Amino acid sequence: MTHNSNKLEYGVILEWIPKHSYVLDLGCGDGELLSILIREKQVHAQGIDIDEQAICRCVSRGLSVFQQDIDTGLSEYPDKSFNYTILNQSLQQVKKPDFVLKEAMRVGEKTIVSFPNFCYWDARFKIFFRGKVPVTLSLPYEWYDTPNLHFLSISDFVEFCNKRNIKIENSAFIRKNKTVRIFPNLLGEIGIFLLSMQTKTVK
Amino acid sequence: MTECSESIETVETKYFTFANPPNELALESGEKLGPITLAYETYGKPNKQKSNAVLVLHALSGDAHAAGFHKGDKNPGWWDVMIGPGKGLDTEKYFVICSNVIGGCKGSTGPSSINPKTNKPYALEFPIITIKDMVNAQRHLIDHLGIEKLLTVVGGSMGGMQVLQWMVSYPDKILSAIPVATALKHTPQQIAFDEVGRQAIMADPDWKNGNYYGDLPPAKGLAVARMVGHITYMSDVSMTEKFGRRFTVNKQPLKFGVDFEVEQYLRYRGDNFVKRFDANSYLYITKANDYFNIFNGKNINEIFKGLKAKVLVIAFKSDWLYPAYQSQEIVRACKLAGVDATYCEINSTYGHDAFLLEVEEETLLIKHFLKTVLNGYEGLDKNDA
Repeated sequence: MTHNSNKLEYGVILEWIPKHSYVLDLGCGDGELLSILIREKQVHAQGIDIDEQAICRCVSRGLSVFQQDIDTGLSEYPDKSFNYTILNQSLQQVKKPDFVLKEAMRVGEKTIVSFPNFCYWDARFKIFFRGKVPVTLSLPYEWYDTPNLHFLSISDFVEFCNKRNIKIENSAFIRKNKTVRIFPNLLGEIGIFLLSMQTKTVK
Repeated sequence: MTECSESIETVETKYFTFANPPNELALESGEKLGPITLAYETYGKPNKQKSNAVLVLHALSGDAHAAGFHKGDKNPGWWDVMIGPGKGLDTEKYFVICSNVIGGCKGSTGPSSINPKTNKPYALEFPIITIKDMVNAQRHLIDHLGIEKLLTVVGGSMGGMQVLQWMVSYPDKILSAIPVATALKHTPQQIAFDEVGRQAIMADPDWKNGNYYGDLPPAKGLAVARMVGHITYMSDVSMTEKFGRRFTVNKQPLKFGVDFEVEQYLRYRGDNFVKRFDANSYLYITKANDYFNIFNGKNINEIFKGLKAKVLVIAFKSDWLYPAYQSQEIVRACKLAGVDATYCEINSTYGHDAFLLEVEEETLLIKHFLKTVLNGYEGLDKNDA
């Protein structure tokens, strides 16, 4: 997954993860994020990806990774096996995002989720005025070749978390390598969330 | 990968004899075996600390001759594509060792060896051996070579089972392990195919309860066993690609002659195998495979408990003899034990044979994995993939 906001996205994730944490990256791709986390934060890293070529690139970076479909769950990991589980641009690509997020939150004390915001103003503009499915920097695919199976907005995700008793500990929104502070659902191209399970319902 | 086509020059098989009476090797069956000779070859040089040693473990019909050429031979060893200067197991960096298993017939003590008690070949007097016994014998060789700790143990199929056994029997003797296209235990389907092979040998009148040495070997039976084996090593796709329904050039007028290319291939493979393999060894070694069950009454999360070694598990998509789910079970056992593991499922149409044929990807994985084992994590910049 390469797009303009990579750098800042990684920067946000890097900031949230303390040194020497145990990290599992679900849908780790070619392992770029994990490599940066190891270099900068000396984390104990594991990755999972379904793609054979991605796995090979990870191995060539010296990473420990598993070729596996995260849609089938993480049953071989006990609860809270990791300090952090990461779904970096992968939640919208799985068949069962609800189940995958639940599993990610079960095996991680905290979970970081990032995804492209489908209701970013540019996307809205393209749908509204051009009547076409948006192709933007963070959603760079045509309708027929996109790996994204689910389209969600920042507001959708916040609502989802509230329904599931998921606590949003922190969040950041990015547009063109800049952090967005106001109207994230309109101005944020990418949303990044730090999540944990709510112990009791907090209003 | 253009720079790695070089082969090692001439190599020679060496022999190591141990377990001389009264210090025979205690076998898993409770019986004792000795003296034992292991045939082995080495490639590359050990470094000063002997910390660069790699043990290569062969499959059912393999031998100690893994790489390079024997004097006068046209064909190199069975894994020459992987072992040599610049290759996956780079002999400029690593000291590579390969030994023939006990029970074998290529220089190591097996049923065709002379029983010192009778001065005749053991035949069926030879004790039942297991994968664990093979590994225990290898351990003696490693000690003899003065190696404290192996950088890695690597092998496919039955070689992979030996890798798993090393992980369980001698976890402190290995820094890493690479089990390829293998399984934690033999399944009924795997046992079934082995049994067909054994029955073919034992049904051959020349087998004579194993006492055929000095006489005609049970060639037909062994050839049929090998034919069955070869079917299980390929895949529907690879057979279609290789043979189609093509007829042989010399279509014989005989009824039930060799009509199809696939028949010709299997017969050729079968007949060739008879020249280089002992039927009794085939019985003993397939039995060792069938008995293999690393669980040994243990729970899956206990198998590799406490193992510090890094593990690279490789499987192949079209392998139906050792299907990928069996490798995933190895990975599962590693994860449950908190072992540092990596799993890759290589896309291939070759079936089980892929572990000898899918060179490029296997090379890349093994090369980089070993580099990480040797040097630790290197970071982003030194990426020479």
